[in-house]
Amino acid sequence: MELVMDVRKKFGDFQLDAGFSLAGDHVGIFGESGSGKSTLVGMLAGLIPPDDGEIRLDGETLFSSRDRIALPPERRRIAMVFQHASLFPHLDVEANLMYGFRRCEKANRRITLAPLVSVLKLDGLLKRGVNKLSGGERQRVALGRAILSNPRLLLMDEPLSALDDSLKYQIMHYLKSASEEFGIPYLFISHSLLEIRLMTSRVLAVGGGRVLRQATPEEVARERMGQSQVGYINLLPAELVRRIDGLYQYRWGSQGLFISAGTENPSAMFELSSRDIILFKKHPEAISARNLLQCRVSEIFPSGNKVGVEMSCGGMPLVAEVVRPAAEELDIRAGSEIYAVVKASSFRRLG
Amino acid sequence: MSLLTAADLDAIRISVKVALAATAVTLPFGFVFAYLMTFGRFRGKAVVEVFINLPLTLPPVVIGYLLLLALGSHGWLSPLFELFGIRLIFTWKAAVVASAVVGFPLMVRSIRLAMGAIDHQLVHASRTLGAGKLDTLFSVILPLSRSGIVAGSSLMFARSLGEFGATIIVAGNVPGVTQTIPLAIYDYVSSPGGESAALSLCVVAISISVVVLFFHEYLGAHLARRD
Repeated sequence: MELVMDVRKKFGDFQLDAGFSLAGDHVGIFGESGSGKSTLVGMLAGLIPPDDGEIRLDGETLFSSRDRIALPPERRRIAMVFQHASLFPHLDVEANLMYGFRRCEKANRRITLAPLVSVLKLDGLLKRGVNKLSGGERQRVALGRAILSNPRLLLMDEPLSALDDSLKYQIMHYLKSASEEFGIPYLFISHSLLEIRLMTSRVLAVGGGRVLRQATPEEVARERMGQSQVGYINLLPAELVRRIDGLYQYRWGSQGLFISAGTENPSAMFELSSRDIILFKKHPEAISARNLLQCRVSEIFPSGNKVGVEMSCGGMPLVAEVVRPAAEELDIRAGSEIYAVVKASSFRRLG
Repeated sequence: MSLLTAADLDAIRISVKVALAATAVTLPFGFVFAYLMTFGRFRGKAVVEVFINLPLTLPPVVIGYLLLLALGSHGWLSPLFELFGIRLIFTWKAAVVASAVVGFPLMVRSIRLAMGAIDHQLVHASRTLGAGKLDTLFSVILPLSRSGIVAGSSLMFARSLGEFGATIIVAGNVPGVTQTIPLAIYDYVSSPGGESAALSLCVVAISISVVVLFFHEYLGAHLARRD
């Protein structure tokens, strides 16, 4: 997907003026509410007309005030997944799914009902009325409906915000796997950096109606470490090894981790704040914390009045933060060996 | 209570015919108008709003008189009707026009109420799924306005059955041609000894109204259950 936007729009006091070009198949737009990201998305979908400017997707001009082009939404082939599923209440699940498919040109009907139903696990739901679905089911049907319209781009506008935490990660999995399975690039809009990090590989940060920067989600996360209340959130994918003494033992890269908040699922994702990691220069003899990881510092970077320390622990990256005097005292520098200590209760499971 | 006379039966037949025709004629216009007022963005919306609701507040006699001025043999609109060879004034069609104009705001209001409750995001969803404006109107907005259409139609039908002031001016009170139930009752009441005949027609009017209201309730409940 290649998207070029250069648009302006004025609503009362709010002024949006954004110019950028994006390339990639899993791209995020990140910003607080009121930053202008929904307006940008509305313009791309054709639901909000820009005052002036230009929008091009994969070389095709969707909007150009200079050339007087303004393709209506139904001809852009950009399907949306909204925050609230927005299913048609007068149609059953199957008719909702087929709504876009029926309106898609025959030549573009690459994805059909049967494989989609199996990927999104919608088998038993087809004849059900949409008011009899749970929140997660509704969002899966909404996603399926968008994919079946065989779009060239999926726009996901805060699709997880209305779901509770445990459902969020389940739906996230469906969003990713369906997009990959059917080869549809997506633009994922969210105010949650965590969602952006899990869903995208490239992100456009917007604020105050302007594009602030374009970066990787990782870069944005590190940049915000100093200002954030919770520091930098490490995301650790881990495989369950066994249950032992009321704790769960997981494998993370080549290291073992003891975690309180485990489950019986064979794999899980944990978050760990950079503030919950204590660094030791030498191997500490006896500690109460259950996790002692031998790491090598790969990079240090300033972040506000603190220092971010990126380490490699058994091949996996981990970011800790320490105050400046501590960094000097321990003589932390790239290449030095270090021990990271983490309590078993510091890990928070996602999903 | 005396039985209904042939003239009474005519009045009932004409009443029902006029009310049905007025409802049928108004429905498409009412729907399109409600759509424009709910989803359209244009200048002078407030002015249009006032004009369309005027029949609700004006005495029906005033509307009847204005219609007479417009549709009469020297009226503003008479050349148009002459072109098609239609004569309206003092026919049952004039009664339809009178009922339609008087009931139009009721129809529009009911449909707008239902349309206003439609989540705009559904319209956005349908557009991004490949449906054009007209397609969205018929595949999303129309079915979701059903309850308003049912309510508006029954209100309109009931209001047409009761139409008196505008009808008597543009359609007259000709038994067997333009005389509806209210006009027939008016005739009976104003002639000596017509009380019992008037009462029989009153009973008929009440019965029809009750049937219409029950039908409305039934459809409303049925639609609610389906949703």
